[in-house]
Amino acid sequence: MEMVRTEAIPNLNVFSETLQSLAEQDRDILVVTSDSRGSGKLVPFGVRFPEQIVEVGIAEQNLVGVSAGLASMGKKVFAVSPACFLTARSLEQIKNDVAYSDNPVKLIGISAGVSYGALGSTHHSLHDFAVLRAIHNMTIVAPCDNFETAEAIRQAAAMTSPVYIRFGKKGMPLLDRSLDPDFQIGKGRTIRAGDDLTFIGAGETVLPCETAANLLAEKYGIKCRVISLHTIKPLDEKLILAAAANDRPVITVEEHSVHGGLGEAVASLLFQQGCRNKFKIVGLPDEYTVSGSQTEIFDHYGISGEGLAHTALALLQIKT
Amino acid sequence: MTTRELKIKSVEYRKKILKYICNAGAGHTGGSLSIIDILNVLYNRVMNVSPDNFDDPGRDRYVQSKGHSVEALYVVLADKGFFPEEDLLTLCRYQSPYIGHPTRKVRGMEQNTGGLGHGLAICAGNALAAKKDGLPLRVYTVLGDGEMAEGSNWEALMMAAHYKLDNLCAVLDYNKQQITGANADVIGLEPIRKKIEAFGWAVCEVDGNDVEALTETLENLPIEQGKPSFVIAHTVKGKGISYMEGVLKWHHGVPSPGQYYAAINELDTAFQALTEEKIGV
Ligand SMILES: [Mg+2]
Repeated sequence: MEMVRTEAIPNLNVFSETLQSLAEQDRDILVVTSDSRGSGKLVPFGVRFPEQIVEVGIAEQNLVGVSAGLASMGKKVFAVSPACFLTARSLEQIKNDVAYSDNPVKLIGISAGVSYGALGSTHHSLHDFAVLRAIHNMTIVAPCDNFETAEAIRQAAAMTSPVYIRFGKKGMPLLDRSLDPDFQIGKGRTIRAGDDLTFIGAGETVLPCETAANLLAEKYGIKCRVISLHTIKPLDEKLILAAAANDRPVITVEEHSVHGGLGEAVASLLFQQGCRNKFKIVGLPDEYTVSGSQTEIFDHYGISGEGLAHTALALLQIKT
Repeated sequence: MTTRELKIKSVEYRKKILKYICNAGAGHTGGSLSIIDILNVLYNRVMNVSPDNFDDPGRDRYVQSKGHSVEALYVVLADKGFFPEEDLLTLCRYQSPYIGHPTRKVRGMEQNTGGLGHGLAICAGNALAAKKDGLPLRVYTVLGDGEMAEGSNWEALMMAAHYKLDNLCAVLDYNKQQITGANADVIGLEPIRKKIEAFGWAVCEVDGNDVEALTETLENLPIEQGKPSFVIAHTVKGKGISYMEGVLKWHHGVPSPGQYYAAINELDTAFQALTEEKIGV
């Protein structure tokens, strides 16, 4: 099975290109940045569409407040800032000016999770799913690859309610689309079929789920299902319950704290629906995050092909 | 509306503010009485906004940053015909849309506010969008003096000057008090004029409880071409009710029945004096 394309383009770059193609056709598309056009790969956008980019400087609260004001005037506003600042520094603006006031801003959290690696916890966003999940009128999306990113941005442009989209800056190979060729915000996608165990990932953790599934198939003949649950809210309950219906183990994998994110959302659904599958949440534990690159941090916490295969074997009670 | 009519409106509005706050048993009495003359002039004299054009993208925008003085705004919006005034008898009641801060559940409200330091940035976004679309509308907000301590206001002040948003006007309801006490004792904001000017805004000062002075200022915006306008409106908390004026406990104090009738008597006397004045004053 051809799973991985050779070239690996960051989702960030795809975001920027998609935005340019949207802006070309629609003058109401606006990008608002907080000295983040370089980090957001938006320099070419600014050159091509100088009237459609608004710079507010390093002022994230103002970024979101101004974006709400622009959106309430009918502009299709993409507020772009590193996820760590966007969803913490300006959380009250997100809660009040965007979600509560129902101004359909598209909040774009760049370099999300631990993308900034060794820059440390100031630059990590391991809380964003948790805080935004608790806010009414907020859709949360973490696309896994270039395809999902481009689609998420296009669909967000047409949305009339607030949405938060977060992704990283590492090159991401395209994942297999044969089972689920389409992308729709709110509907998870099955990347790989398998009945022994289900991996549910989001964003850049779907790839290590795939790697683990490959390892488990090759070495142990274990067939894993892999789901890209790109929309954390609203949750695709139907897909999750269908995956859990065989009573086999479920492992959720997220680039986020194990508290309040994808894993707990899935656990809450399964438990309340009476599912008692073996279950494991893999994410960043509640501790001072180890230093290192994104890849090293992933490896350290078992968000890797080998780490996840190990977790799967333990849940399946298979001795290695 | 003439100056005399505006003055009469202000007295009527004050009576209604007290009526609905007393009925609800809750409200920000002092601040609603200090802001009301500003809202009166904005809605009855300056702004192009009414129930008839509220869905028109070209209407003027008002966002109340000091959301807690919502009772004053409710009374003005009801008077403008956005909703029946008797709806305000449900103020702060179970399932009423008329809660203690502005929300879009109430027709006439542009934004949901209540957290302080939010209105100015939203208005800056409105004003920038209007500039981009070539819409000749104006955007107004009223800020509380206490909320000038919010850093987000200063972010928005910087940005609005940078973009030369001269279609934006912020009015400071400068009643010199906040919930804990005098601004000067809590966290001083002086010299506020110099600070705002240093941020690149055009600033003027006005008696914020004088509808004539407010009209003169607000009808002649921008103060300076190419700069956003900041109107320091010197007001009195609890204005119009002698026992409330400048007395801290009326920040969100609710009058007892006896105090309510004393206040209404005082306003009736003011009303009588105005109606007996000769037309044309
Ligand atoms: Mg005050």
